[in-house]
Order: sequence, then structure tokens, then C-alpha cells
Amino acid sequence: MIEQKENINNNSFNNGEVVIEIGHLKKSFNGNNVLKDINMIVNEGENVVILGKSGIGKSVLIKCIVGLIYPDSGLLKVFGKEVVVMNSRELNILRTRVGFIFQGNALYDSMTVRENLEFPLRRNKTITDPHVIEGLIVDVLENVGLVDAIDKMPSELSGGMKKRIGVARTLILKPEIILYDEPTTGLDPLTSREISNLILKIQNKYKASSIIISHDLNCAKITSNRMLILHEGIMRAEGTFDELKNSNDEWISSYFKID
Amino acid sequence: MLNIKKIFRNKATKSNHDEFDLSRFKNTERFLNEIGGLSRFTSIFFRELFRPPYEYKEFLKQSYNIGLSTLPLIGITGFIMGLVLTLQSRPVMTEFGAESWLPGMVSVSIIREIGPVITALICAGKIGSGIGAELGSMRVTEQIDAMEVSGTNPMKYLVVTRVIASTIMIPILVLYSDAVSLLGSYIAVNMHGFISLPLFINQAFDSLHYFDLVPATIKTFFFGFAIGIIGCYKGYFSGNGTEGVGRAANSAVVISSLAIFIIDLIAVQLSEIFHVFTM
Ligand SMILES: Nc1ncnc2c1ncn2[C@@H]1O[C@H](COP(=O)(O)OP(=O)(O)OP(=O)(O)O)[C@@H](O)[C@H]1O
Ligand SMILES: [Mg+2]
Repeated sequence: MIEQKENINNNSFNNGEVVIEIGHLKKSFNGNNVLKDINMIVNEGENVVILGKSGIGKSVLIKCIVGLIYPDSGLLKVFGKEVVVMNSRELNILRTRVGFIFQGNALYDSMTVRENLEFPLRRNKTITDPHVIEGLIVDVLENVGLVDAIDKMPSELSGGMKKRIGVARTLILKPEIILYDEPTTGLDPLTSREISNLILKIQNKYKASSIIISHDLNCAKITSNRMLILHEGIMRAEGTFDELKNSNDEWISSYFKID
Repeated sequence: MLNIKKIFRNKATKSNHDEFDLSRFKNTERFLNEIGGLSRFTSIFFRELFRPPYEYKEFLKQSYNIGLSTLPLIGITGFIMGLVLTLQSRPVMTEFGAESWLPGMVSVSIIREIGPVITALICAGKIGSGIGAELGSMRVTEQIDAMEVSGTNPMKYLVVTRVIASTIMIPILVLYSDAVSLLGSYIAVNMHGFISLPLFINQAFDSLHYFDLVPATIKTFFFGFAIGIIGCYKGYFSGNGTEGVGRAANSAVVISSLAIFIIDLIAVQLSEIFHVFTM
């Protein structure tokens, strides 16, 4: 572990600012200790991939970052500010800077794609000109390659298209941090790769920092600058994709085995 | 030996009793929790109600949905209600030679009691379950969370608009139902001999007092509010999975139907007291 931490010090993102800082974070639900002692940071412009078995608490962790779930104790700073003590106004400001892509897309199914994308703009009172709004929507749809779907209902879209609209809805506010909850799960390998490349493109174009939760090793390989493995409430391992894959630790490298 | 056995048996029955009592407590606890949760939800509703920004567009959309979706159903049931009530009461009235009182009697029972309660119960079934299922599935598919992280207050956008819409639309639906019922009653009266519409209306409204109309209308606002807030509460806090959505819709209907009868009971008592004091 220590040896791996040293490697991270050579990480090119280490010179930048720390945008997310988590220390000794705990969260339990009715005696079920999901997160026991989480310690991690995300540097500016960095893509961090979190691996971990199903039901281990990955979604809970990133929901804590946007204040959807409150941790029981521990440090949780985003852009240098403690999330837990924020009032609703501060929390709203934070949420304009942090985009969240839900595991199940969470598209508003009573609205068209256009209305889905307009919805997050509503809080941004400075943009009221319909032409500007239309321009933003078309621009962001071009980025995810789905301009044709603008007037469709979410129920008319395929799984991969929904994922991309979910990404577009987050991108429209140009967030500085993006949290992806299993962006490629349930998609075929080709579409998965498209989404992974999209994540990479977003990192370069928007200079955003990201946490990507994934089981998909290809996605992790393409998108990650650094990886963490969450196991039984703690971050058990940390390193780049290649470091973890070639680790001497049998337990770590077992995550990378393909039968 | 026998004694010991007896004591043991007694003990066993006693512990069985204890368990039974405990489960009874749990139900009471759950009931009180539910009441507490609903009260808290209502207080949050009132806090958000007066705080800008106001979601006019969503409110209009919901009012339109609630009103339009139930209009045909309310129309048909209201019409049949008036028709059947008149046909059923006719023989008794004829027997007493009070046939000319038929329109008056029917209009009083429809406007004071049957119209509001039946309409509200139908709306609890149609609107309450609709709201419960819609918000429940939005909760389950994380759409409510998505609203929250996109800086829109879901309490304001989803709950306030729906509750206000049902509070305003249900009294209107009740008025509509009352009118259609009277039409049904008019047709039923005409099945046995002719009475002109103006005369029917005259007879019907002759027996109606101000004290019949005002409390009957006021209570419908409470019916509407109860249907809206209970549907929203159940949907907003629905459990996980499809099962949770089903349960939310189901208990929204059950609880709001019960609430309608309780409100009706209170309203009748209050209007009685009010009536006595102003006599
Ligand atoms: N709101 C909640 N109330 C109670 N328990 C919860 C809640 N949210 C999550 N949990 C529990 O926390 C644990 C972790 O859930 P989580 O959704 O974070 O898993 P995950 O790692 O994202 O799994 P997956 O890969 O399947 O999405 C689960 O055991 C779950 O039952
Ligand atoms: Mg998850």
C-alpha cells in the first residue's frame, strides 16, 4: 500500500488543487455499517475510478458528496468547504458546480429530452433568452451525439441513449466536478466504449474532475488517472490501472482477472 | 409434578400474551409514526407554499390534468347518482302523498352530503392513487433526487403544485357533479309525468338554505387538500422497488378515503354547532 501511495506522488495531477477531500467518513443504515473509514482525495482535473462489489456502498459514498445522504461522522470537503454544515443555499451553489449522473439515469419521464435539459437551467436565472437556451441544448446534445433525439420522450430512447442524455443534462451547467454512477453498466461493449470515450472527451474539453464508479474494466482502463478499490467500508487499494492490475497482491489483481 | 407443569403452561400462555401485546404496540407505534410524519410533511408544505419562486406552470398543468382526467367519470357517476336516488325515493314519497317534495329532498341530500362525499371518494381513488404512484415511481427511479441535485426544490415543484391543484379542483368537480346529479334527478322525475325544468329548479332550490351550501362547499376544500397531501406524502416517501410504488398508491387511496369520512364527520358536527348559534 505504501509503495503504491508513493507512486501517486508522481501523479501529474498532484500539483493541482484538491477539489474533494474525504477523511474517516462513516455511514451506517440501521446498524448496517456501509462506510466504515473512507479516506480519499480528488485532485483538480483528475478522473478517479472506484471499483467495488455490488452493494458495497459506492453509490452511498458519492451521494454523500452532493448532500443527498448525510454521513454519520468524518470529514467531507468539496472545494474546501465542509458539506455537512452547509445551509440549503450553499448546498444549491455547490450542486451547480457538481454534476451527478445517476445509476438509473433518473431522466424525468414525463418530459421530453428538451425539457429534461431545460430543467437544470431553470435554477440559473441569468439565462432566460430562449435562443441562448436552445443554443446550449443543441450544443450539449452535439457533444453527446444525439441532436436528433431532442423532441423524443425518454421512453422512446435506448439504454445507451438515456445514459448519454443523462450525461448531457449534467453537462449543460458546465460542472467542475462530475460524479458518474456506473455509466457503462448494462450496455454492450461498443456502446460502453463510446461512453468511456465521451467521459475522456469531457475531461479534456471541460477540464472537469470526475469520480467514476464502474465494474467495467475497459471503462476504467480508458478513463482512469487513478483507481481506488472499495471493500468492506474502507478503500483497500489505490493506484493506476496498470499498477493495480500487475499488483503482487492476489486479492487486488483478482479484480482484473478475465475468465 | 402436576403443579410445575401447570405453572409452566401458565408461563407459556403468559409469554404468548406478552408477544401479542408487543405486536399491538408496534401497530400503534407505526400509526403514531405515520401521523407524525404526515404532520411534519404538512408543516413543510405550508412553509414552502409561501416561499418564492412559485411554480405557476406546473400548477396549471396539474390542475388541468386533475380536472380533465376525472371529469367524464364524475359526470357519469353524478348523473346515475341523481337518477337512482330519485327513482328509489319516489315510491315512499308517493305513499305519503309528498311527490312534489321529491326534487327538494333529492337536492338537499345530494348537495349537502352525497355529492361531496361520493365525488371526493372517487377522486381519492383516481387522483390520490395517481399522485401516489407518480411520485412513488419518481422516488424509486431517483428522479426526485435528480431534481434536488439540479437545484430545484422537489417539495415545491412536485408537492405544493399538486396539493394546491387538488384543493382547488375538487370543489369545482363537486359542483359539476352536483349539477349533473340534479339533471339526472330531473330526468327521473320526468319518467313519471311531466314537470318543466324551471319548476323543477324552483322546487329543488326552495328547500336549500344558505346553511346547506356553505359548509358543504367549505368541506370540499378540505377533502381536496387531504387527497393531495396524503397522495404526495405516500408517494414522496414510498419504499424501494415496484412493490413500494404499489403500496404507496394503495395506501394513498385507503388513508385519504378514511380521512374524507373523518373530515365529513367533523364538518357535520361543526356546521350543526354553527347552525344552533346563528338561529
Ligand atoms: N437509503 C438507504 N437506506 C437504507 N439502506 C441503504 C440506503 N441506501 C443504501 N443502503 C444500503 O447501503 C448498501 C450500499 O448500497 P449502494 O447503493 O451504495 O451499493 P453500490 O455499491 O452502489 O452497489 P451497486 O453496484 O449494486 O450499485 C446496501 O446494502 C444498501 O442496502
Ligand atoms: Mg450503486
